[in-house]
Amino acid sequence: MMERIPILRMGNYLLVTIQVDMHDKLALTLQDDLTTRISEVNAKGVLIDISSLEIVDSFIGRTLANIASMARVLDAHTVVVGMQPAVAITLVELGMSLPGIRTALNVESGMEYLRETVTSHQESDDDGDSTED
Amino acid sequence: MTGTVLKTETVPIANSSDVVQVRQRVRMWTLELKFSLVDQTKIVTAASELGRNTLEYGGGGSLEIALLEDGIRRGIRLKFSDQGPGIPDLQLALKDGFTSGSGLGLGLGGSKRLMHEFDIQTAPGKGTTVTAIRWK
Repeated sequence: MMERIPILRMGNYLLVTIQVDMHDKLALTLQDDLTTRISEVNAKGVLIDISSLEIVDSFIGRTLANIASMARVLDAHTVVVGMQPAVAITLVELGMSLPGIRTALNVESGMEYLRETVTSHQESDDDGDSTED
Repeated sequence: MTGTVLKTETVPIANSSDVVQVRQRVRMWTLELKFSLVDQTKIVTAASELGRNTLEYGGGGSLEIALLEDGIRRGIRLKFSDQGPGIPDLQLALKDGFTSGSGLGLGLGGSKRLMHEFDIQTAPGKGTTVTAIRWK
């Protein structure tokens, strides 16, 4: 059986908790699976919980950034939550500041961000004449 | 690159699961040496970057982890070796943003910043050995 990271669906949102030390292929599988699921269920928000990750190196960082970009093209917003402080310090020293990735301290504030963003986008879509940011 | 080697362990690097193994072994050693959590994270992250380089660019190789003692200080030394094509232009390879592969080009320069001492021995066709030390 192929190793996979489970993706949970809650209404318009997809939730992922990364609880294993990911090798590169597993990270790429997650990227593919998430992108497929977003389009299948017409998801508007993606929350990725990385609180169990003990390191984020350049590959994992880039995979998270790719997921966020691909989701955006598919009209979904992504938030990465729960990064450990030591991981944040190391990432910045490594030279990666994860531009383009929305982060939140925990699942609760991440969900709050998604709800606000998704709702405001739906409202502006209803106006008909507004442009995407 | 001074210090007496107190003990060593060798980890083979042949596939992407081995890079996970590299992270886990290096983590065990940093715990044993009682590095702070931030230092542990820096060392393991550097090991992950360099281990991936050994695999992607060197075609696989190995990591030798060593416990160093230099007077009253102790440290961890990571030595990644491969028999790959070598690095033709070292200055360029160390620059942030430069990559010959599919990465971001943060591996070498980034891991150098995460460690205290950093040395690369390479020549075209002769493989590459990257040695990195972090002292406590």
